[in-house]
Amino acid sequence: MRGGQINLQDIIARSATTVPSPQVRDGGIDPVTKLIDVSRCIGCKACQVACSEWNDLRDDVGECVGVYDNPLDLTPDSFQVMRFNEYENEQGNLEWLIRKDNCMHCAEPGCLEACPAPGAIVQYANGIVDFNSEHCIGCGYCVAGCPFDIPRISKKDSKAYKCTLCSDRVFHGLEPACVKSCPTGSIMFGTKEDMLDLAETRTNFLKSRGYENAGIYDPEGVGGTHVVYVLQHADKPEIYNDLPKDPRISPMVDAWKGVTKPLMSAAVGLAALTGFFHYVTAGPKEISAEDEEAVRADESSEEERQ
Amino acid sequence: MTNHWVDIRNADLILAMGGNPAEAHPVGFRWVMEAKEKNDARLVVVDPRFTRTAAVADYFAEIRTGTDIAFLGGLVNYLIETDRIHHDYVREYTDASLIVGEAFGFEDGLFTGYDETEGKYETDSWNYDYDDEGNALRDPTLQHPRCVFQLMREHYSRYTLDVVSSVCGTPRDKLQRVWEMAGETAVPGRTMTILYALGWTQHSIGSQIIRTAAIIQLLLGNMGMRGGGVNALRGHSNIQGLTDLGLLSDQLPGYLTLPDDDEQAYDDYILERARPPLVPDEVSYWRHYERFHVSLMKAWYGNSATAENDWCYDWLPKLSEKLYDILHTFERMSHGEITGYFCQGFNPLAAFPHKAKVTASLSRLKYLVVIDPLRTETAEFWKNHGEYNDVDPAGIGTEVFRLPTSSFAEEDGSIVNSSRWLQWFWRAAPPPGEARPDTAILAGIFLRLQRLYREEGGAFPDPVLNLHWPYRHPEEPSPEELAREYNGWALEDIVDEERNVICRAGEQVEDYGMLRADGGTACGCWIFAGCWTEDGNQMARRDNSDPYGTGQTLGWAWSWPVNRRILYNRASARPDGTPWAENKAVVWWNGQRWVGTDVPDFPVDSDPTAQLGPFLMNQTGRGQLFARDRLAEGPFPEHYEPFETPIASNPLHPHNPLAKHNPGARVFEQDRENFGTFEEFPHAATSYRLTEHFHYWTMHNRLNAIAQPEKFVEIGESLANELGIEKGDRVRVSSKRGHIDAVAVVTKRIRPLQVAGQTVHQVGIPLHWGFLGETKKSHLTNTLTPSVGDANTQTPEYKSFLVRVDKL
Repeated sequence: MRGGQINLQDIIARSATTVPSPQVRDGGIDPVTKLIDVSRCIGCKACQVACSEWNDLRDDVGECVGVYDNPLDLTPDSFQVMRFNEYENEQGNLEWLIRKDNCMHCAEPGCLEACPAPGAIVQYANGIVDFNSEHCIGCGYCVAGCPFDIPRISKKDSKAYKCTLCSDRVFHGLEPACVKSCPTGSIMFGTKEDMLDLAETRTNFLKSRGYENAGIYDPEGVGGTHVVYVLQHADKPEIYNDLPKDPRISPMVDAWKGVTKPLMSAAVGLAALTGFFHYVTAGPKEISAEDEEAVRADESSEEERQ
Repeated sequence: MTNHWVDIRNADLILAMGGNPAEAHPVGFRWVMEAKEKNDARLVVVDPRFTRTAAVADYFAEIRTGTDIAFLGGLVNYLIETDRIHHDYVREYTDASLIVGEAFGFEDGLFTGYDETEGKYETDSWNYDYDDEGNALRDPTLQHPRCVFQLMREHYSRYTLDVVSSVCGTPRDKLQRVWEMAGETAVPGRTMTILYALGWTQHSIGSQIIRTAAIIQLLLGNMGMRGGGVNALRGHSNIQGLTDLGLLSDQLPGYLTLPDDDEQAYDDYILERARPPLVPDEVSYWRHYERFHVSLMKAWYGNSATAENDWCYDWLPKLSEKLYDILHTFERMSHGEITGYFCQGFNPLAAFPHKAKVTASLSRLKYLVVIDPLRTETAEFWKNHGEYNDVDPAGIGTEVFRLPTSSFAEEDGSIVNSSRWLQWFWRAAPPPGEARPDTAILAGIFLRLQRLYREEGGAFPDPVLNLHWPYRHPEEPSPEELAREYNGWALEDIVDEERNVICRAGEQVEDYGMLRADGGTACGCWIFAGCWTEDGNQMARRDNSDPYGTGQTLGWAWSWPVNRRILYNRASARPDGTPWAENKAVVWWNGQRWVGTDVPDFPVDSDPTAQLGPFLMNQTGRGQLFARDRLAEGPFPEHYEPFETPIASNPLHPHNPLAKHNPGARVFEQDRENFGTFEEFPHAATSYRLTEHFHYWTMHNRLNAIAQPEKFVEIGESLANELGIEKGDRVRVSSKRGHIDAVAVVTKRIRPLQVAGQTVHQVGIPLHWGFLGETKKSHLTNTLTPSVGDANTQTPEYKSFLVRVDKL
């Protein structure tokens, strides 16, 4: 995490951990929420680019497959994508529905639930669900556990990645990068209470403009989310490029928790063992001259400080 | 823009037509969203395609590209015939009541005075009737059969619902609905703003489309009002500044103009431009032309400019052609008439129409200088890039010089935005490597040329040797020095009518009212006077306080002219000086003077009883429904087909071939030969930008390349079905001038139109991508576009041409 300033005492839930999370810091923390008003989105992708810029991500230059969407799907290097859908409504009028797709930061996160690696996925008191990649073992269970199909495993380091809701920015009192970049005010950020208020105002506005089924997407099946949509057609979330109507954590995740956890723990052990054998057979990781240089520079600056 | 970005939020209706602001101006578009939310405004989009703007619109109507005059002419007809006009405004503030001379007429698509062999108009008959003192005759009842109002009414009576629907392909119910919504803003308390961009300018009839919009806003009383106006969303950062500083071939800074070659005498030049009022006592502000001109010459030539030598008038070029525009220049270049070409911040191979002609023309140069921060296709026009630029370098003798410049983020200065605001900015980083600011490069070239003239002599050396060059570092004038020069200063003490000194010698002038025609002031661009006064750099101000809550923020940066935010704002008040409507008030008469939320566009102490017209720059003091001789193709806009049209004739004048296309347009012979016909190229095409890219330079940037990596074209589902094309297929799009290959985006957003009894399919072609940069390599879109321009500006017709689509 950039800056590493997030206070570990703010973690309220931790994957694959039986030790209770810190309880003391319970005063004055409001859960945060990113509100995405789809009806105000022009699909400019400023949020997508801002996300890449803030998170130092540079995906591959892809190709056009006959749609505006690009990148086509989430990747380990693209934490969010814009999804475009041409929808003909009941009156036969065309609507171009453009949805920003990224981690929903569920109150009951399926990824965290499913994750077998202790501390690889954490939930902060403000509601942000964050991947602590240092502890990630790349097993992909978070992918299976996510009802929104968000996490992606990187081929570079076999670790899972997704939107952090700019936890590093938020902990320093800044809004997420996507929110800051949005030119039309389609993406907003604040406490969950305020955002739901705003969402209601927006919903009423849409109803006054003839969108009878306008509404708020904050699905109960995952305990509500910290990314909330205002939809013109809240009765049909699936028309927004398959936004799930009633997302729930897959029953497989619970089954796994009960039955296969010991097996998985063994697998973790196995992974460690594999690493050991890899070390024995392939030898230690080569350290480049540059790395050495960097380490020396670090050491010498440390000496200076002392 | 007559108004400004923030003011859009004050509108009740936003008509986005001839532009796609959400796509091309996403940041400014926030004010449209504010209007919708805070002012309960409706957004209407009229466009050949259902665009990103349409995605958030309240109403969308499709239109065939290039038929906007028919659409808007129909609206004029609708407003008049259903009596949805602002009567008092039209009578008092427009030229509706002025009587037009008997000689003027319009028949079968042509106005009087057409010279068929020359292909242009003699405009003498396009004028009012005058009394013996030179004042235009009036009929305030608007009943005189030859008053502007009645002539206009007759002219547009042909633009009925059926005719317009047949020309535009817009369904009747949609036309009706859009016209109704516009008509609702005829009441004083409601305003419509019109937002347009290159979708109006890049047609052979572009200027007249914008004129039609102006007529509508005058009829509705929406000019000079909060949330009103005709608003050009400029296409490039600082392109407004380019226009203001006169970087067009027939212009001088501040919309002063170069003389024609038959204006060899200085007095003739001034007399033609310092036009007197045509209605008694009106201001006709251009009559002060000489003040601005002489101050400009003093800025350019210093002590060399004297009354005795007519302020160096002989040193100014005299135009033998109306315009030395790009089409004209490349025509001459193609004939080998140009030796060298300097190409600064410009990528003609990619950006000019008919790439094959551009390549052939550049190949005939002796040398080409490209001044740019990036690799451009133009600088590599001679290089073989496979199928995307299939040339033979051995056959091209042009020597190319590349001079790297700093980019916008690497220099200080001001950028003029669409709102006419001059906003000072500061560089974020120094330029890399050997890159230098454009000013340093041009100064370097100038100083070397000057030295050569001094040492070796040459033809006509005076303008070069005597150019006033007072900069501290002559080899690199600073942005601050240039800005102070544009503002202007007094060369001697300036006194007012009561002989009070209002500006001492050496001081910066406060506004252009201080400029003098006797050589007492120097000013590089009169409309910028006030941007850098004795109080310092006004463009650097960042006070966004807004005491009236109207979004005027007079303390934010500086707006030309004189920090005024809404032009013609006197028209926001009734003739008696009270606002037409409280919710739209901009300025008003308080009994002693004009005051309000903005800098009044009026003599501040002119009592309303004097009845001066609010459109001060016009000789009539009024908004011009009748353009007189100011446009090439007529005083009233008329629909003409694009030079490449998918239908056989102009439905308004089916039997007059002279009135099929713009009769006033200039077409070079080799360009005419390169026009295609709808038999061979049946589909109407239009080109445009995408949000993800900016022309041809963001393809050098990885993040933009990721967001939109590969060339595509947009094809409606119906045409795709006909041709057996599925989304993602590769297709070839051909015009008479060449072809491009691209991925097909098959979409519901482009629908077939019923035009003049036939089905017309439109094809959308984004202009981005080329054979350089981080994106996938591709052909250049302007391989396809025709080399013909608007009859007044010569802006090429990028928006309407013919293509054929084939599946690869």
